[in-house]
Amino acid sequence: MTKIKSLADLRNMKADLQSKIALREKSDNPEGLVQIKVAMATCGIASGAKEVMEFLIDELDKRNIDAIVSQTGCMGYCYAEPTIEVTLPNQEPVVFGYVDSKKADDIIEKYIKTGELLEGIIPVNYEKID
Amino acid sequence: MKDLSLHILDIAQNSISAGASKIGISIDENLAANTMAIGVTDNGRGMPAEVVERVTDPYYTSRTTRKVGLGIPLFKQNAEATGGSLQIDSEEGRGTMLKATFLHNHLDRPPLGDMAGVMVLLAGANPEIRFVYTHRIDNEEYVFDTEEVKEALDGIPLNEPQVMRFLKEMINENLTAIKAR
Repeated sequence: MTKIKSLADLRNMKADLQSKIALREKSDNPEGLVQIKVAMATCGIASGAKEVMEFLIDELDKRNIDAIVSQTGCMGYCYAEPTIEVTLPNQEPVVFGYVDSKKADDIIEKYIKTGELLEGIIPVNYEKID
Repeated sequence: MKDLSLHILDIAQNSISAGASKIGISIDENLAANTMAIGVTDNGRGMPAEVVERVTDPYYTSRTTRKVGLGIPLFKQNAEATGGSLQIDSEEGRGTMLKATFLHNHLDRPPLGDMAGVMVLLAGANPEIRFVYTHRIDNEEYVFDTEEVKEALDGIPLNEPQVMRFLKEMINENLTAIKAR
């Protein structure tokens, strides 16, 4: 029978993890971080926000992009879920709607890497109908 | 919602909004009695009785960005579709306990889904909150406690992608193990 992973295995990974983090911190400039917020209220979750968030965390790591991916609540764009808010260093946040894994991939490759704007941006002056 | 784990992810957001520092998530599968109970317990600010009465109403919400609140009503609907129920107990200043019960083998019971993924996302996105996930299948039990994880990590952030991948595998392997016993 194969051995089940436990917290002891995690302790054994510590040295490896520490050196990885130290290496990154050396090259780190705190302003250089990309910040992404994934809207994770009922509307977002029901539309697939969990898969999008997992995709972003994994892919940004694989592509060596320093980013913080966090959760936020409903931004009021329920019709366009899943939505994510991307803040590039020293820039205004941009909200993208209808994000799936393919769109998230485009956002990483185009908007995050080169700053090129994509379809599906929700304008900041958008007002919802009450 | 495609599965129960997404409901749990959704309901846990309520506990986070309530300012909880500890959130307990429990899944109790009693195969002999053919029941499955899902509990989310927090030590957040709680709700007065008149709010507890209204949270299962889809037209009630505490937020201002939209006029509906479907998280709890949808969960309740799914539980009731299997002959189960949803209960909420809350006390202001103490916290809230939500419990949904399902008939385990009912055709309309959604699959459990990716609990490991949900726990890791919750823990990674809310490092200041302690999550305790307890999964019981009959007499077998697995407990995932982020306090123990943090202790093992000794300062390394839990939301390091490599750590998150490891934790997801660890939870999945343990769940498979208690299922097989």
